[in-house]
Amino acid sequence: MSDAASTLLYLAAATLFILGLKRLSSPLTARSGNLMGAVGMLIAIVVTLLRSGIVDYTLIVAGFLVGGTAGTILARRVAMTGIPQLVAAFNGFGGAASGMVAAAEFLANGSSTAETAVTVTLSCALGIATFTGSFVAFGKLQGLIPGRPLLFKGQMVFDSALAAAVVGSGIWMASSGNRGALWLLIALAALLGVTRTLPIGGADMPVIVAFLNSMSGLAAASTGFVIGSEALIISGALVGASGLVLTAIMSKAMNRSLANVLFAAFGGDDESPPEGIGSGPVRRATVDDAAVTLAYARSVIVVPGYGLAVSQAQYSARDLTDRLAARGVEVRYAIHPVAGRMPGHMNVLLAEADVSYEQLLDLDEINDDFPRTDVALVVGANDVVNPSARDDPSSPIFGMPILDVDLATTVIVVKRSLSPGFAGIDNPLFYRETTLMMFSDAKAALEDLARAVPTV
Amino acid sequence: MTLAIGITVFVLAAFVGFEVITKVPPQLHTPLMSGSNAISGITLVGALLVAGRGGLVAGILGFLAVTFATINVVGGFLVTDRMLEMFGSRRRHPSRRGKG
Repeated sequence: MSDAASTLLYLAAATLFILGLKRLSSPLTARSGNLMGAVGMLIAIVVTLLRSGIVDYTLIVAGFLVGGTAGTILARRVAMTGIPQLVAAFNGFGGAASGMVAAAEFLANGSSTAETAVTVTLSCALGIATFTGSFVAFGKLQGLIPGRPLLFKGQMVFDSALAAAVVGSGIWMASSGNRGALWLLIALAALLGVTRTLPIGGADMPVIVAFLNSMSGLAAASTGFVIGSEALIISGALVGASGLVLTAIMSKAMNRSLANVLFAAFGGDDESPPEGIGSGPVRRATVDDAAVTLAYARSVIVVPGYGLAVSQAQYSARDLTDRLAARGVEVRYAIHPVAGRMPGHMNVLLAEADVSYEQLLDLDEINDDFPRTDVALVVGANDVVNPSARDDPSSPIFGMPILDVDLATTVIVVKRSLSPGFAGIDNPLFYRETTLMMFSDAKAALEDLARAVPTV
Repeated sequence: MTLAIGITVFVLAAFVGFEVITKVPPQLHTPLMSGSNAISGITLVGALLVAGRGGLVAGILGFLAVTFATINVVGGFLVTDRMLEMFGSRRRHPSRRGKG
């Protein structure tokens, strides 16, 4: 195949990626968009296989078989609650592949020019740090590593020195063409990926998964510079931009800067113990109290949080809302941007349970409706409905956009205990006169309510 | 391809990316992420060239890179499709009232 032909076909592949992403602007066209992306990828692969320069197909076929089987099994078996981990793992694999391609290029051709030296350094460092960082994130999301920030004394100094050493080994590699320098660079970048991800707390995972996504794109783009491929540069830039946009959206939803997320070691574990808070008087509600309140409401807004996801209660939530709808109650869901463990995660979980997407409204769409709503049902959410973020300038989460559930006529909060959320701070919502507390596991509570609603 | 042309392509593609991505609604952010993740598996193109070149070190690195990138591509597109299948079908609950 001629160079011109292959270049144009790569352009066709990149165009399909862009058109595919464009179709993600609506749930109705999104699936076909994903298919367009896959077709683009197939074109790029076939063109590459037909190009001269490939002398041995054995390893390629072997890699396709192993990778294809593993990818298919992982993608088919994963539970929707496990999507964030899986995306983190895929991210890591992509980053590692980019780093290894750049490393192999260097080992074969050396770094003849300053440009190759810089680009090889960039793609090895980005790719390998993405790899190890993603697997630390995977471990945290999967519960293999504690979700709380893991730090040691002097870590900032250590990490800065490590980053400097990565740059230093890149310069050494560039100036000497030394192979040992490459391996040193890879080892240092791998370590940096680990030490930079460990201090990031569980609540910040949506940001870090998005950020690593962006890094894997940038790694692919810099590998494109190494091997002189526009296809990699375009696709890598698209993914890099996409990850950065999502990172910015997530940081904004938590009222934090990216730097603060990356370096502040904020927040506790899922199970952080209450510390001298949660002592005010609350109004407890029985299942029947809550069922009556819901069943005789005109409008209900359900606010799901991560507690709903961990107890796999999305099906029970839909059951309850179906039964409320059958009684003529207007039911909608309000989804905070950081409601799940990655951007948009809660929507996926509810879509899995067959909640139609027209019922799923994001913060900006629904927040003005709370004052006109009879009941806000908060399930397993805490910080995202904490009014101090809006009213109390001394609160550590002041300024974070919240769902104004406290403006609804009645608020029902389903929660296991009064323990604080990720941010580790008390929530005045629980002590308000208009708030009813149901202390229960999310799933059990929703099942009880769904049973009780038709009978009241 | 010169470095300058590469940078030009990169910057323009990044702007296209920003434009396209900001139009994706929040409810589709998870599929967006896994789908764009699959696209970053384009590095498979480079991996194929390395794995097909012959030689021991290139062979090992190439095989691993092809395997990893294939996991990224195949797994990424499949899991995105699985999610979007759930979103795309306007299913079955005509009795429920939507946004009103």
